[in-house]
Amino acid sequence: MSVLTKQAPGAAATIAAGPPGRRKQGSPRRRNQRSGYLFLLPWFLGMLFTIVPFFASLYLAFTDYNLFTEPNFVGLANFQAMAEDPRLGQSLKVTFIYTFVSVPISLAVALLIALVLNRGLQGLAIYRSVYYLPSLLGGSVAIVMLWRYIFGNEGIINGFLGLFGIAGPAWVTDPNFSLSTLIVLNVWTFGSPMVIFLAGLRQVPTMYYEAASIDGASRWRQFRSITIPLISPIIFFNLIMQLIGSFQTFTQGYVMSGGTGGPADSTLFYNLYLYQKGFTEFEMGYASAMAWLLLMIIAIFTAINFIASKFWVFYDN
Amino acid sequence: MALLASPPKSTPKPAKQAKQADPEEALSGTRGTRFSRHLILCLVGLVMMYPLLWLISSSFKPSNDIFRQLGLWPENWDFSNYAEGWTALNQPFHVYLINSMVVVVFSIIGNIFSCALAAYAFARMEFTGRKLFFALMLGTLMLPGHVLLVPQYIIFSQLGWLDTYLPLIVPNFMATNAFFIFLMVQFMKALPKELDDAAQIDGCGPFRTFLRVILPLCVPAMATTAIFTFISTWNEFFGPLLYIQNQDLYTVPLALRAFMDSEGQSMWGPMFAMSVVSIAPIIGFFIAGQKYLINGIATTGLK
Repeated sequence: MSVLTKQAPGAAATIAAGPPGRRKQGSPRRRNQRSGYLFLLPWFLGMLFTIVPFFASLYLAFTDYNLFTEPNFVGLANFQAMAEDPRLGQSLKVTFIYTFVSVPISLAVALLIALVLNRGLQGLAIYRSVYYLPSLLGGSVAIVMLWRYIFGNEGIINGFLGLFGIAGPAWVTDPNFSLSTLIVLNVWTFGSPMVIFLAGLRQVPTMYYEAASIDGASRWRQFRSITIPLISPIIFFNLIMQLIGSFQTFTQGYVMSGGTGGPADSTLFYNLYLYQKGFTEFEMGYASAMAWLLLMIIAIFTAINFIASKFWVFYDN
Repeated sequence: MALLASPPKSTPKPAKQAKQADPEEALSGTRGTRFSRHLILCLVGLVMMYPLLWLISSSFKPSNDIFRQLGLWPENWDFSNYAEGWTALNQPFHVYLINSMVVVVFSIIGNIFSCALAAYAFARMEFTGRKLFFALMLGTLMLPGHVLLVPQYIIFSQLGWLDTYLPLIVPNFMATNAFFIFLMVQFMKALPKELDDAAQIDGCGPFRTFLRVILPLCVPAMATTAIFTFISTWNEFFGPLLYIQNQDLYTVPLALRAFMDSEGQSMWGPMFAMSVVSIAPIIGFFIAGQKYLINGIATTGLK
């Protein structure tokens, strides 16, 4: 932003200098400067539309704003209330369980399938498409609704278990199981990290494996000492993006529970609770404080990841 | 990131794969192990596809049959679910399809236009602050959208934009989707620098160079952007939930949710039928644009 305002007087000066000026149209470099900012004009507007709300929500987090009356500064009251809010604790618990169970499983499955596919099988394109398609659908209302019926009391999962004489639980209405159906849904969408893994695996030079097998290294050893280090930046990238994404889960919880986060708050994702607070109870100050807590949590986990990555991510350049 | 940052071009195409696979053939084991690999991959694929296939088949079953049959082939074909579902809500279903389409089309135009402009500046122009802005742009990739939610909602409501599509469309014209900028920057950086110089010698200004020389070469990156925008906008639930109250303006995901509110056993069939209608365009676009999708995701790690 600051550069934009700094630039403006300069640009104005060249225009003001007019035709009789010594520099007729400005040097090519200067022209390039100006048109660079011109090309970025929509983006500057977008940044304005990001930065202003960013700080506005930080301010609102310390107020009692409710959309209808002027915001009053209340200091840390929202954060104190959050510390004592059992539903907030519950929503954090739901989000953490969901993230820390489903992200490692889906990354592991994605890597495993990518490794098998990378072995030069026929029909790779078909397999890749079949595995990738669900990741485009996993966030759609249609599929979450479908999930509700698949895991419903008389749904196909229990119908399938019934074939073996097992009486399945009431997946959707039992608080002990409802979240697990959504974890399964998230694992079902492992296709997008898988495609990224595949792209990475293709860039590992085959000569490394050839050299290793001449030296008598076992398959497992090759995987551990060649594949993992060389694709570690990609594992790292996938991990960060999946974590950030699943911390922000909303639609799945909303549709599965009809907007309540039930049964017994067992699918009350953090962002679902934020939505309830901000847009059904209109406690927008509280909702802003919640948003900032989430930002902090994501920032901390990302920072931990970046620090930890020094010890396990290998950059080959 | 470093490994991901290759232009889409360099991602091997299926035709090349076959060639590449040859030296690996020796590594990939005996006939038996290859067979068992296919078997496992097929089984996993079948398990993954089963819910979708079941959804499609259930949409052709009478509501009473849906939960009694695990099989995929309907015993009694029933097409009335589609007719019933189409008219079950306030408006016939094509109204919701058109509403979604309007949002999608404008979002695509906005994303391509604004992200291509920004990407051209980042990838091929020199100006003060470029690196700083680029870093800022990458930083917004990781920013959770809910942090901006409340103030943006206030702005939109002050503008009187509630119950219109403007809050869903306008941000796309301001290059707010850093993923697409990043994707196009990667693509444009791979184009030879001489193109710009030649265009300049021929008397093209930066804007003409962009429009006539660079943009036509970026069709694959724009196609990727268009398809991803289509899919994410078509699926988008949160934005419409927040900004659209008027039932006549509902987009497809909101309309589907309305089915759930009017839940009853007799509605399962029509609901499944409309679910199929709602995901059919995504599957269609996926089949048509696979190449761009896979290349795009391999370049940026976009979902």
